[in-house]
Order: sequence, then structure tokens, then C-alpha cells
Amino acid sequence: RAMELPPGHFPAARAAAAAVGYLRYLRGGPGSGLQLRQLRRARRQDIDGVGHKYYLELELEDVLDKDRTVSCTAEVLYHLGSNTSAPDVQLTVQGELRSTEEADKEFYNRIRSLEKEFVAENIPDSHGNVPPELEPIHLLAWAASGYVIWQNSMENTKFHLAQVKHVKQVKRNDEDLQFDFVILLHEMVSQEVLPWEVTLLWHPQRGARVPQSRAAPAGS
Amino acid sequence: HQVLRVVPQSNEELQELQELQELEHLQLDFWLAPSRLGLPVDMRVPFRSLQAVKAHLEAAGVSYSIMIEDVQALLDEEQTEMLRSSRQRSVDTNTFNYEAYHTIDEIYNFMDMLVAENPNLVSKLEIGRSTENRPLYVLKFSTGGTNRPAIWIDTGIHSREWVTQASGVWFAKKIVQDHANNEGVASILETMDIFLEIVTNPDGFAYTHTTNRMWRKTRSRHAGAICVGVDPNRNWDAGFGDAGASGNSCSETYHGPYPNSEPEVKSIVDFVKSHGNIKAFVSIHSYSQLLLYPYGYTTTPAPDEQELNEISAKAVAALSSLYGTKFTYGSIITTIYRASGSTVDWTYNQGIKYSFTFELRDTGRYGFLLPATQIVPTAQETWLALKVIMEHARDNSY
Repeated sequence: RAMELPPGHFPAARAAAAAVGYLRYLRGGPGSGLQLRQLRRARRQDIDGVGHKYYLELELEDVLDKDRTVSCTAEVLYHLGSNTSAPDVQLTVQGELRSTEEADKEFYNRIRSLEKEFVAENIPDSHGNVPPELEPIHLLAWAASGYVIWQNSMENTKFHLAQVKHVKQVKRNDEDLQFDFVILLHEMVSQEVLPWEVTLLWHPQRGARVPQSRAAPAGS
Repeated sequence: HQVLRVVPQSNEELQELQELQELEHLQLDFWLAPSRLGLPVDMRVPFRSLQAVKAHLEAAGVSYSIMIEDVQALLDEEQTEMLRSSRQRSVDTNTFNYEAYHTIDEIYNFMDMLVAENPNLVSKLEIGRSTENRPLYVLKFSTGGTNRPAIWIDTGIHSREWVTQASGVWFAKKIVQDHANNEGVASILETMDIFLEIVTNPDGFAYTHTTNRMWRKTRSRHAGAICVGVDPNRNWDAGFGDAGASGNSCSETYHGPYPNSEPEVKSIVDFVKSHGNIKAFVSIHSYSQLLLYPYGYTTTPAPDEQELNEISAKAVAALSSLYGTKFTYGSIITTIYRASGSTVDWTYNQGIKYSFTFELRDTGRYGFLLPATQIVPTAQETWLALKVIMEHARDNSY
């Protein structure tokens, strides 16, 4: 039987963060980013021999268009005793967000037409500043970090993307854009800020994929 | 926008370029106009005309190079440089830029200016020195009396939480303004004093400017510790060393070798004990948009939990009334995580009933790197919540 959880308490908030990470990976792109506006409801079910399953009702907003919100129901299953497998996340999104087709295409063409591979650092900078032309890269980093966050979330962790330390485009022979990121993830419970190396592939129709990611070696 | 360069090698090429000048719809901006053979022609081409212009040149067999890939990026960089180099010291607290993040020197200078401008209301106390021997300053706002019941506010105990020190600066000015206009907290100042420590962890703060923007702890080196720094919000004598802090010096939540090992913490402990009449204590952090009360080190509810919960509800509603910013509230241990040795658990156990911790904006989009444009709105809305707490303390003496 599922137990009702106060949405303002941390167990529900942590499960929501894992679900939002997964959603950012699925839906992320240079033209949009989803953020949790409110966790409306949360329940937890302890499944013997399997793990803990959270049922969540989320309200999300588009960071570039805050008047637009969508609802989402999510199920997050943390496997029993596992520190190595990602939680299973199932989600259903209700409602439509604004189309990013134009912005996606423009970004794609812009990057493809660059003579030299795109490089940038410290997004945002120390003062929280993100120059407008770096916002699409910032949002792609969100998609990439969404993957890492989802894959590494546990019931006692809550990750956020703290900063993009470095990003380098890698030109490819196929139609994907490739960005190699070094991101800093902030983990709320331990308060650690952890560097991760993540490779992101992105294409306007195919969306985002992370072929590889790893915690950056010590001293990096 | 890109800047393309063509060096015309023939009269035909020169003519091509001169014709391009006539095509107004392309909106080309010639930095170096076509004039003679062999002289470079530089034109700034807006993004939407790029394909057309390049196609035009290629079809005519005119070779070109891309001089500037991205004009906007260059402009932005320049602007940043200009701003950085034109950081002039303001001469008074009216011209001080509250909408920007400042260095420790700029904040300490601000404090001196505020005191100089308002000597009858504001004084600066040095309550101790940090590990690296930086002064620990507290501003005292008082309209008189002797050892009046007081409110304590601190910001910046975790150095990377930059919106908090910036808000502290704004609070200081706001108190002075309210007093001058006889509104807001002026009535509180009739019977109570306000103490405000803006840079509670100056060594850490300096470090975030010079070396590591994400530094949280103090900068102490203790015997036998491999790493530098202690989490000043795990170093207080309330459940010290229990679950909810780390014994590993390399951890961000390292509690330190013993309670009050950090001068930044000990100086406040000594101040609070010797003052003896502090009625409300608020320690300000970021981020997560939370208003929290004791306990963090135990699941046992605080005896005054109901009252603290009611105050929190009111404070959060007041905060939200300004810009709609949503805060969650509750005890530390249920709302955010178990934390031992934290500030307000100690102050509460000392008998300071109205002990609260804030976690300011945002909820993770920018996190510690909150854009400077959000400093003032954050400070404004937080101030409304602080006033609820201060007024409650004033109206419910104990």
C-alpha cells in the first residue's frame, strides 16, 4: 500500500529531483529547459524484495517561458540495496510546451557553420551571468546533467547542476552535434560539488543522447 | 553576426563587392568599404543574410575569409572587461551598487561608510578574528538604551552562498532607510537592537573570489587533518559529531575537531553568551527557498514547534506576497536533512526561542551562482519575512 508523503519533506523532494533529471534528459534541447515549479503530491510504496517506489505529481515550467506549465506524473523506483543501478523512472507528461523547432534549427545550423569548434567556460560565471548566445549551451548542459543525475540518484541524494566548467564541441562526420562537457554537480545532502565529464550528442529530430559519462578523476 | 573579409583581386571582384553595398535588404555593414584592388574589404553580415552573401560570393568565384565568427560574443566579452575595469569605489551608501556582487574589501568599506553616515544609529563591532586573521565585524543598529532585547541576523556563513552576503548589505541599508523615514523596522528599533554580521566567513569568502567559487567551509588547518576547512554550520555545540555531519576533514560537512573550534563560530558563541538578551536569531543561507527551525540533529520536535511553525507560515506568506516566490517551511530534519552541530539548534538550546534558518533563492536553476539581477528582489522579499519574525519577537517578549 502506498503511504502519503508531505511534499515539503525531503524524501519526496529527492525523488522528484531524480524524475526531473530524467525528464530533462528526455526532453532537453538548446531551446527549452524544464524546471520543477511545484511538487503537488507524493506517495511511497515499499515493495518487499524490490525497493522503494515513489508516486509523484509534478508541475513543471519552461524556464524560458515561465507562463507555460505542464503536469507530469512520475514513478521512481529505487532498487533495493543498490548503489550501482539507476532508479527506474516512468513518466507521463500532460500538456504541451511551446515548440522549439525554429530555435533548434537555428542553433543547429549556427554550430554546424562554425569554422572552429565551439568552446566555452564557466556557464554561468561567478556572478550568475549567462550571455544570451550561451543560453542554448547551458540548456544542453542541463540535458546532459539530467542524464547523470538520473543515473546516479539514490534515496539519500539530491543533485543539481551547479556550473558548466568547460564545454568543447567535437565535429563529427555524421549529422549529430557533439559536445564534451565538464560539469559541476552539487549534491545537497553531502553538500559536495562533484566534477563530471559528460559527452552529449544532439540532433533537432533525434534529441539528446549521452554515450558516455564519468566522474572526473581527482585533481581535475 | 559574422565579419567576412574579401581582398578583391580583379576589377570584376571589386565591382561585385560594390554591388553588394547597394543591396540594402542584406543590411551589410562595411567596416572597410570597397575602394581599390588589393585592399581588404571587411563587412559585418547579420546572421539571416549570411547564407545569401556567401552563396553570392561563391557563385561569383570571390574567395573570402571569416574574420570574426561571432560578433556578439566579442562585444559581450568587451563589455564584461569594461565593467570589471570600471569598478570604481562608491563614495557613499547611496551610490553603492546593491545590484552587484562585491568583494570583501568593498563590503567592509560599505560598512564604514554606513557607520560614518549614521553615527547615531549604526556602530561596527569587531567580535573576533578569523583563522587568517581577518576581522569579524558585526553592525549594531540601536536607538539607545542599555543591552536592549536584540535580534541577530547573519549572512555568508557558507562563503559560496553569495546572494546572502549581498542581501546582508541590502538589509543594512534598509534598516537605516526605515529609521530615517520612520517606517518599517523603525518601530522595532524603538525597543530592540539589531545585530547584523554580513561576512560571517571572511576567509571562505575571499577564497571564493580568488580561487574557488564553490568553497563552503572556513579555511582552518587542524592538526592531523588532511584537508582544509571546517563546515561552520556543523561546528556548534548541539548534537556535535552526531549523525548529520562528517568526521572527515575533506568533507564539505566536516564538523571540526571539537565544538567551536572555528573562531568564526566561537566569536558568535561568546557574543551571544555575553550579550545575554538576544530574542531572535536568524542565520541565512542559500539555496533551496526554505524557512527552517530546530531541530536538525534530532527527530524530537522542538518544544515550541507549533509556534515556530505558525510564525514560519506567516513569514513565508509575507515573502511570497512580493514576487510570488514560493518557500517551503518546517523543521530542519524533516524538511531538508539531518544536520548536527548547526547554528540555530545551539541558539535555540541557549533559550533563544525564535531561531530560524533561511535558504534563499533559487531552487536549483542557478543555485549558488544566482544572477546579480536577482540580488535586490531576493533581499526585498526576504526582508518581509524577517520583519514578521522581528515583529513577533517584539510583541511576544519572554
